[in-house]
Amino acid sequence: MPKRIDIHSIMVIGSGPIVIGQACEFDYSGTQACQVLRAEGFKVILVNSNPATIMTDPATADVTYVEPLDADVLTDIIERERPDALLPTLGGQTALNLTMELVRRGVTERFGVEVIGARPDAIATAEDRDLFKSAMADIGLAVPESGFARSVDEAFDVASDIGWPVMIRPSFILGGSGTGIAHNEAQLRLLAGEGIAASPVSEILVERSVAGWKEFELEVMRDHADNCVVVCGIENFDPMGVHTGDSITVAPIQTLSDVEYQEMRDDAFAVLRRVGVETGGSNVQFAVDPASGERLVIEMNPRVSRSSALASKATGFPIAKIAARLAVGYTLDEIRNDITEVTPASFEPVIDYVVTKIPRWAFEKLPGATAELGTRMQSVGEVMAIGRNFAESLQKAVRSLEQGRAGFALGRHSEFVDVDLERLWHSSVVATPERLFALHELLWRGASIEDVVHRTGIDCWFIQQLSEIIERERELSPGVVLEEFSARQWRRYKQWGFSDPQIADLCARATEDVTALRRAAGVVTTFKTVDTCAAEFEASTPYHYSTYEDTSEVRASARDRVIILGSGPNRIGQGIEFDYCCVHASLVLRDMGYETIMVNCNPETVSTDYSTSDRLYFEPLTPEDVAEVVAAEQAACVDGARVLGVIVSLGGQTPLKLSHSIDPALVLGTPVASIDAAEDREQWSAICTSLGLRQPPGDVALNLADAKAIVRGIGYPVLVRPSYVLGGRAMEIVYDDASLERVMKDLTSQHGSLAREGGVSQSRPILIDSFLEDAIEVDVDAVRDRAGDVFIAGVMEHVEEAGVHSGDSACALPPQTLSDAVLATLHAHTKKIAEGLGVVGLINVQYAVKDDEVFVLEANPRASRTVPFVAKATGVALAQVAVRVMMGQTLRDLVDQGVVPAATPVPAYVSVKEAVLPFNRFPGVDTVLGPEMRSTGEVMGVGESFGIAFAKAQLAAGTGLPDHGQVFMSLADRDKVQGLELARLLVDLGFTLAATVGTAGYLRAHGVVVDTLVGKVGLADMGVDAVSMIATGEVQLVINTPSGSGARADGALIRGACIVHAVSCLTTISAGLAAAKGIADTRSQGWRVVSLQELHR
Amino acid sequence: MIRQPSVLVLNDGATFEGYAAGHLPDEGFTSGEFVFNTALSGYQEVITDPSYAGQIISFTYPHIGNYGVTPLDDESLRPWCQGVVMRELSHVPSNWRSVGPLEGFLRQHRVAAIVGVDTRRLTRHLRAHGALPGAFGHGDPSVVAAAARTALGTDNTDMVGRVSTSEIYTRGAGAHHVVALDYGIKTTMVHQLAKRFRLSVVPAATSAEEIRSLNPDGVFLSNGPGDPAALGEQVRVLEQLLGTVPIFGICLGHQLLAQALGGCTFKLPFGHHGSNHPVCDLATGRIEITAQNHNYAVEPDSLVRGVVSHVNLNDGVIEGVSAPSERCFSVQYHPEAGPGPHDARYLFERFDDALRDGATTGV
Repeated sequence: MPKRIDIHSIMVIGSGPIVIGQACEFDYSGTQACQVLRAEGFKVILVNSNPATIMTDPATADVTYVEPLDADVLTDIIERERPDALLPTLGGQTALNLTMELVRRGVTERFGVEVIGARPDAIATAEDRDLFKSAMADIGLAVPESGFARSVDEAFDVASDIGWPVMIRPSFILGGSGTGIAHNEAQLRLLAGEGIAASPVSEILVERSVAGWKEFELEVMRDHADNCVVVCGIENFDPMGVHTGDSITVAPIQTLSDVEYQEMRDDAFAVLRRVGVETGGSNVQFAVDPASGERLVIEMNPRVSRSSALASKATGFPIAKIAARLAVGYTLDEIRNDITEVTPASFEPVIDYVVTKIPRWAFEKLPGATAELGTRMQSVGEVMAIGRNFAESLQKAVRSLEQGRAGFALGRHSEFVDVDLERLWHSSVVATPERLFALHELLWRGASIEDVVHRTGIDCWFIQQLSEIIERERELSPGVVLEEFSARQWRRYKQWGFSDPQIADLCARATEDVTALRRAAGVVTTFKTVDTCAAEFEASTPYHYSTYEDTSEVRASARDRVIILGSGPNRIGQGIEFDYCCVHASLVLRDMGYETIMVNCNPETVSTDYSTSDRLYFEPLTPEDVAEVVAAEQAACVDGARVLGVIVSLGGQTPLKLSHSIDPALVLGTPVASIDAAEDREQWSAICTSLGLRQPPGDVALNLADAKAIVRGIGYPVLVRPSYVLGGRAMEIVYDDASLERVMKDLTSQHGSLAREGGVSQSRPILIDSFLEDAIEVDVDAVRDRAGDVFIAGVMEHVEEAGVHSGDSACALPPQTLSDAVLATLHAHTKKIAEGLGVVGLINVQYAVKDDEVFVLEANPRASRTVPFVAKATGVALAQVAVRVMMGQTLRDLVDQGVVPAATPVPAYVSVKEAVLPFNRFPGVDTVLGPEMRSTGEVMGVGESFGIAFAKAQLAAGTGLPDHGQVFMSLADRDKVQGLELARLLVDLGFTLAATVGTAGYLRAHGVVVDTLVGKVGLADMGVDAVSMIATGEVQLVINTPSGSGARADGALIRGACIVHAVSCLTTISAGLAAAKGIADTRSQGWRVVSLQELHR
Repeated sequence: MIRQPSVLVLNDGATFEGYAAGHLPDEGFTSGEFVFNTALSGYQEVITDPSYAGQIISFTYPHIGNYGVTPLDDESLRPWCQGVVMRELSHVPSNWRSVGPLEGFLRQHRVAAIVGVDTRRLTRHLRAHGALPGAFGHGDPSVVAAAARTALGTDNTDMVGRVSTSEIYTRGAGAHHVVALDYGIKTTMVHQLAKRFRLSVVPAATSAEEIRSLNPDGVFLSNGPGDPAALGEQVRVLEQLLGTVPIFGICLGHQLLAQALGGCTFKLPFGHHGSNHPVCDLATGRIEITAQNHNYAVEPDSLVRGVVSHVNLNDGVIEGVSAPSERCFSVQYHPEAGPGPHDARYLFERFDDALRDGATTGV
């Protein structure tokens, strides 16, 4: 059946901010869906609170609401827009949950909105554990048996019914604490007792243990005519027990015979039909007993997911695009496979390569979290690599991670080299981010494949592959004469994924020598194509990966081209914002008539959608891999076409680090030397001095003695930070000698925070600067052209004071409290700096404003995290402006063309960006904000006043501000003066106050009524305890500012409780003041939803 | 593991390097017609499928042998193909069903293989130039090249006699008696039939009279190797059976039935070999993902009697014909699977229904 003509407008719900478990993959799927639906002639109304996405670009949908993803807000939007249909399956769990809430409230019915893509009852069946279990029983499929128990005896009864071993999981416990496997009654009684005690509701789940079973996923699609296809089968390297988002996964399935695979395929379709997914993509997960082949259904997701994004990138089959078309009435055979352009989408992709995904974690940024992997996802990003065999794809994936490893085969550089055997076994058996490398060391030392398989549960096929890589690794030693290698020998290593630096390292040679010798032997990189059909049909979509084969498939072209280097895996400090910039570069360059070439290895993103650029190279971002792409593109130029250059300044630190390995003549925009000058402490200070700009006093240190000498000159507090790191890694504000000693010891230690990045050296010293307390931090984004003109695109005033990492603090555009004089200074300074650095393109400068005096903190002559926010807040496509300028256009021309406004835009409304933090995943981690960035994503709130915009941003970030109730205040001494003002505001708004003894004393002394006195946590005799008040719902808002130094334990417990019980917790007075304003403005003015198209009009 | 270098040469001179695996033939090479198969799993079923007699199979999926071999997955008593081309061959299989590695199986059955080949380049070459004869082996490259120049394709060759059973055998205990003509029948086909019928599998050379003397309620025509146009004798047998008994044909059986219905066949450029081909059942509009393995197909518009019942959605090739008045139908693809998806197994039920109808109407 063709497209439905009874619906005209469709509302699409996005997934909101990037959080662990919901990342860029939903920008990719949502953007695809919006594009397809508009191409089909539907009016698309999009709601998403995340400004850093491509999907919230005003050009992606007809009407774009950057508003909180909240049922009330969505109801307002539905009432205003009256969509005919609502498509909930492309915005992750967030969109599904919200849709269910709208259905429950009767909103969809009241406004006649049809839910398309997945029926509410199908969503319920898939999501509700009991409904799902009985649905599976209906179709004769097995799920792991389980039961809840509230006592040890009950647990034993459940276990006796299920059979041993059983998995014990306490209910409502984050991070898997109290979880374990019991093989017998004695173990069960111990574990169940502990588990019940650990659970806040004294309940445990007793489940049949399938730990050690093999785990598989099938990505399936169904149309309304009941045609079903499997898009991709995925096998997990890590056995059951590790969340699939935290597992290394491989496509296609490697260790199932066709007989088993086809049965699994039949089961997957049966699940789809029984759950009632009428159209679209779903993901079905299975566990398989390696000893008997017994198969259990673990779960299914009736929507596109992280795995479906991976499957789309792994096969070239765009699941979200096709799901959107199916939702509006098409059947699979009516949709064309846009890679072959001749065959229909009603087929099952086959591939002739292997795809490996490895997650990337951020435990180093979350001290207090246990780096153990379990059933809750903890990774913040992932890489994917394609190779002609598993070894090549694995080694490429490892180097894509950008963790300083040149591949899986680490030679003697493994961090496990000095680890004793017992600990090594432990590190191999317990799943952690480093398990793969513990396995390497274990196999290197000669552990048998059988033992490793037996003790880790990892399939022997994978372990065998690892050991074959090591076999080759052993052959490469300093005694090897590479000059004598034949082409066949070179291929032996290159086909198994060994990079030139890896070979150089193992053979104690220079990388350049290895590359030269290899090329001289005639062994060069070849590029093959991802085509959904293993070359059975001709592919017209150029989506390439490198390997070492006979022939390459890059097609020659006579058009000038530009190569864009992407930002690699998402991590804290470098995420979707940079992908947004790279995608915009591609869009505008295509508009300008150039061919665009994207290089990236992140499977979640829009940049790695093969339709974003003219050619996509799914490659690790390393000097060797990038050089090969550049060479291949140069070789594919005909009729005088040229590679005009490489864009390194839009993808964050990743491409910047590569800029030194690229021919300087090819680097577009700001020269590499300027980028270095801004990073190099001495050069940067010299520039500031010569420009007459004030910086907080400071210097560089290599050791504690240096540091102490600096502090003697400038006094405490000081900001201590390493150079060349991302997102404020290992940055700290230090108030006393003891802390300075601790911080310096960690930074200079061989096993400290910087060990992986090469430690501290003359060229990468530690920076120590005077810390300006209570200063206002300001971010400025600007573009400078070759002619020297500068466009100040946005000035953002931070809500949190300087010292909180800019990525973690809320900010407002336009600025709210800065005087005209300060603004003029900021403009003038920014222009001077851009000029002084010779910037061509984007620059971001961070300032601290204290008592109307402006200090320059740092400058980054590249795209900043705030570029998409500025674009959404002002309506100026900043990244595109920058790219045009980098390609030689002048700002004057762009002003004439109407692309850039003549002056800095000052919107009539206020936009607030708020950071979203991952603390609910890491219960042991303190939530206090500091100079080290820890947020995973951001949201934007838009309103007529700052208060409204801030309140919207809070709701969008997860915890809305209360309208009434009790506020608990616990303030550091230095915050008490300002805290008094805040307390008065809250009392005026009708809130009652609870406070700690010290804070209450201060407030009462100044005439503020404090209703409840709160004692130390755990000390009952001191009165009510804050944690229990939060737990029992007696507190609606917490203002807890940590003291600058010393014990933070009590505060940490309070803040942790807020996370668990979803109570808004503000850790700075400035955020508290903003909240008070938000509550007041919300009450007096009410909220109004407004689309970007209206705002930018 | 150290392997000897091996070279693969096609009839048109295209040369590929690799390493020798499996059986090492005494003459230093093996020759045949190169075809590629795109299935991601099911290598053992493919290698033991008699329809590949005379051919060299190149697997497009790079890792072959991962889950070993088991007698349960054999599609016939032994492999009939001339050789196997792979990118990677797993040394150590991983699967509870496995009884041993694929390489041992190849050696045991004297099947030569070549590994380390740029199989994607080979696939693209075959896609561009059609299925080509050629040779590969560890012997002197000039000897292999000479063998490639004289290697033969499958056109006008009758391979059926080589792979068909020499004696009648019976399986199953259903109510209806089905006589299956074995042109190279796959074991999964035998299983699917025997699950439902009392089955007599007879040699391909069995005459119409001999078939009738077995009193079949239905006749089944199996898959098989080679050029259907070279099997005039078998077509004549079917012409005599047409209308007298319900007939169900698969693959070569389909091509022979179509000829008996007045149609003719032609050779596809590189055939369909894989487990992911979309086929539309024109009667219901439903799409089946099917296993396919054929180099020849029925010429469109050539049927004198009967209608096209199924088409391939990739390229429009006829995938099924039906002649209700003659109570016969056939499909080009493999509804029995083995390897491949189970989407089309309903056709065996449809055959069962046809036999029931036949029984109640007395024909």
